[in-house]
Amino acid sequence: MSRQRRTGVGRALNLFGPFIGLLLVIALFALIPEVQGRFLRAANFKSVATQSVIVALGALGMTLIIISGGIDLSAASNIALASVITAYAINAGAAPILAILLGVLTGGLVGLVNGGLVTRLRLVPFIVTMGMMGIARGAAKWIAGNQKIDAPMTWVNELMSKSPRPPWLLLAPGIWIVILFAVAMAVLLKYTVFGRHIFAVGSNEATARLCGLRTNQIKILVYAISGLFCGLSGVMEFSRLTVGDPTVAVGLELDIIAAVVIGGGSLSGGEGSILGTMVGVLIMSFLRNGCTMMGWPNYIQEIIIGAIIIVAVALDRLRHRTA
Amino acid sequence: MRDVAAAPPVLRMAGVSKSFGATRALDDVSFVLGHGQVHALIGENGAGKSTMMKILSGAISPDAGRMEIDGRPYAPSGPADGLRCGVSMIYQELNLAPHLTVEENIMLGREAHTAGWLDRKAMMRKVRESLELVRHPEISPEVPVGRLSVGAKQLVEIARALTNRSRIVVMDEPTSSLTQEDSQRLFEIIRGLKGQDVSIIYISHFLEEIQRVADSYTVLRDGRSVGSGTMEGTSLEDIIQLMVGQKFIQLFPKVEHTAGEPVLSLNSLKGTRMASPVSLTLSKGEILGVAGLVGSGRTEMLRTLFGLDEVEGGAVVVSGAELTGRRPWTRIRRGLGLLSEDRQGEGLAPALTVADNMTLSDLAPYRRHGLLSPSRQRRAVAGLIGTLKIKAKGPDQKVGDLSGGNQQKVALARLLHQKASVLLLDEPTRGIDVVSKSQIYELIGGLAREGKAVLFVSSYLPELLGICDRIVVFHRGVLVESRPTSAWDAAGLMAAATVGRTSREKPIEQRNTV
Repeated sequence: MSRQRRTGVGRALNLFGPFIGLLLVIALFALIPEVQGRFLRAANFKSVATQSVIVALGALGMTLIIISGGIDLSAASNIALASVITAYAINAGAAPILAILLGVLTGGLVGLVNGGLVTRLRLVPFIVTMGMMGIARGAAKWIAGNQKIDAPMTWVNELMSKSPRPPWLLLAPGIWIVILFAVAMAVLLKYTVFGRHIFAVGSNEATARLCGLRTNQIKILVYAISGLFCGLSGVMEFSRLTVGDPTVAVGLELDIIAAVVIGGGSLSGGEGSILGTMVGVLIMSFLRNGCTMMGWPNYIQEIIIGAIIIVAVALDRLRHRTA
Repeated sequence: MRDVAAAPPVLRMAGVSKSFGATRALDDVSFVLGHGQVHALIGENGAGKSTMMKILSGAISPDAGRMEIDGRPYAPSGPADGLRCGVSMIYQELNLAPHLTVEENIMLGREAHTAGWLDRKAMMRKVRESLELVRHPEISPEVPVGRLSVGAKQLVEIARALTNRSRIVVMDEPTSSLTQEDSQRLFEIIRGLKGQDVSIIYISHFLEEIQRVADSYTVLRDGRSVGSGTMEGTSLEDIIQLMVGQKFIQLFPKVEHTAGEPVLSLNSLKGTRMASPVSLTLSKGEILGVAGLVGSGRTEMLRTLFGLDEVEGGAVVVSGAELTGRRPWTRIRRGLGLLSEDRQGEGLAPALTVADNMTLSDLAPYRRHGLLSPSRQRRAVAGLIGTLKIKAKGPDQKVGDLSGGNQQKVALARLLHQKASVLLLDEPTRGIDVVSKSQIYELIGGLAREGKAVLFVSSYLPELLGICDRIVVFHRGVLVESRPTSAWDAAGLMAAATVGRTSREKPIEQRNTV
């Protein structure tokens, strides 16, 4: 009987653990008198959400990859490459929608190559994507001629605008895009055969193969989907900056991975959830936001976020022991 | 009733051969499996059983020979294809995804769906149907498999085979890590499967068990089929003789040894994972057996003693001095050596070489100016490889490539190499072949003769009775009884282990733990 109760508590912790973290972070800054007033404003929450879009899109794909037992270190470089391609296309006179499509597909292509190398050459994802991290970053700089690409203003730049048009949208279109895809991915993971197979591959690949799953095909697809999300994230990056900057988002892959891990993803595969990841993204955004308001220097933020990652994973282990 | 004479057998393998490089793993083997039969496949490790089963499952293809299922040619292109043709394997290393639920595991690869959308209701229905047959209190469709006990996991695999409508189920050492209770349940399920016209190939080292469940048997030796027939009218001696061939083996070789002064005593040792404190004394040159059911606290006692689990109270005295350190490395320095029950996961580093594994716990002799000398390491272990009759290509072979029996000898060799004077052996003969077993018994006897003290934990009663000087029994975490081996018999041990008391004693108070 006690066993069952304990698993109940464990399950509750699993579901709400990341939320508790998020509430703690928000409560922390809400209680500090110096920032309370500014921090708790709707406008501030809106700006935090907008700032989260780029990491959130990357983290959606990364969640799939991590559940499948893989990792993608090239995500941030891929984002930069996609932003450069989008800017390049708009600059060359392409219709905005075509430019967006090009950016997204570039990301997808990089992901496809990642997946192909991981499965065909049987290389460790860490190594393949670390190589791709350099290749994509280099390609971005090459295409951009080692400088920023200025592009004329189009409606693409409104995707990340805090005062959207039409005003009834309330939030930046980018936020709505994140919400839409988050729901889509959560449904994919829970209610489709493909989603279930992603978990199976990450939990025990040998078993998955034995049960007749096409593990290679599943992995390639997962990397390709993740690449598409990086591409979309790159488009948002371009929208935010209004230029295509090949040096943008350096090190962002670690934020993306951290978000997934804080949200309950396990680097050994088989575990993770979209909801958790999204909460993980918000935890980090709110921390950055609060620290900036406090006037704390950048290095303090880095230390705090580093500590949070370790604490989150430690809590995760504890959670598993009680479960 | 089916007309047995007319219907082709479920499975026929004819003239199957397979070589790996220069070694002939299977040589012209033929095999027939009848409808609703349990057919035992017997042989020492390395006799060709696993090669044969890999060919059957489709994991590897034979060099020669052919297979038929129900009279139709069968040539699987891979394990998934074999599964489709109705051949299910239930391996020793369990093939389940720990994060997925029971339902998800059972339906893996065969999910009911409409255009990619899962049809959970349909799947639940199917899963409940197959779980009906394997009934187990721990198993319900929504539980993640990682939370189940080993026995329950095995039943989930069987349920998977059932939902797959498998005609042939291969069970490889199914009871090696099961409790007595779960084994009984398995045997009942096997009977149920036979009733549903499912045929079973049953691989086990426990010959008594084979005698109980199997209808017929085939013995493999050195890649050849050396005998087969019905179980009825065949004695265990006959089978053992077939297994070992001309070689005459004595399963429990007698090695004379005498106990000396006490070398190890536990004074109310209590660990965080032990249910209650344990006191016992072990002398030089003594082999002390520890009996009890799986989970009765034997392993926890060993691990606490060795410093792998946390100590909560009590004292351990080795050679007259109390142990102070709490970590395994301090215990090793004081002469303790532990052989883990989990050979693959903990006992050995499968990717490292024989030499590295043997010397891992004491590398000091091979170090000069902070650098290791692999050549001296190799020279040092060459002797051990000979003494323990380890079948390996040499000190540089990876341990993971050796057979189970030889792996276990490497693990034992490490304790000898580190010159342990008190050996804590946890299930040292689990899952290994008869010849290796006998060699290990002889080795342990020899160690006792040299004056080493051995604590021997085992679930296999005949070996405890065969080689120990004294046997203690654990029941639900409590050491309930200690007697010289001559005062025990198998029934008495089993009674003490299962109900915590023996006929000669008053019942001990019933504990409500677990």
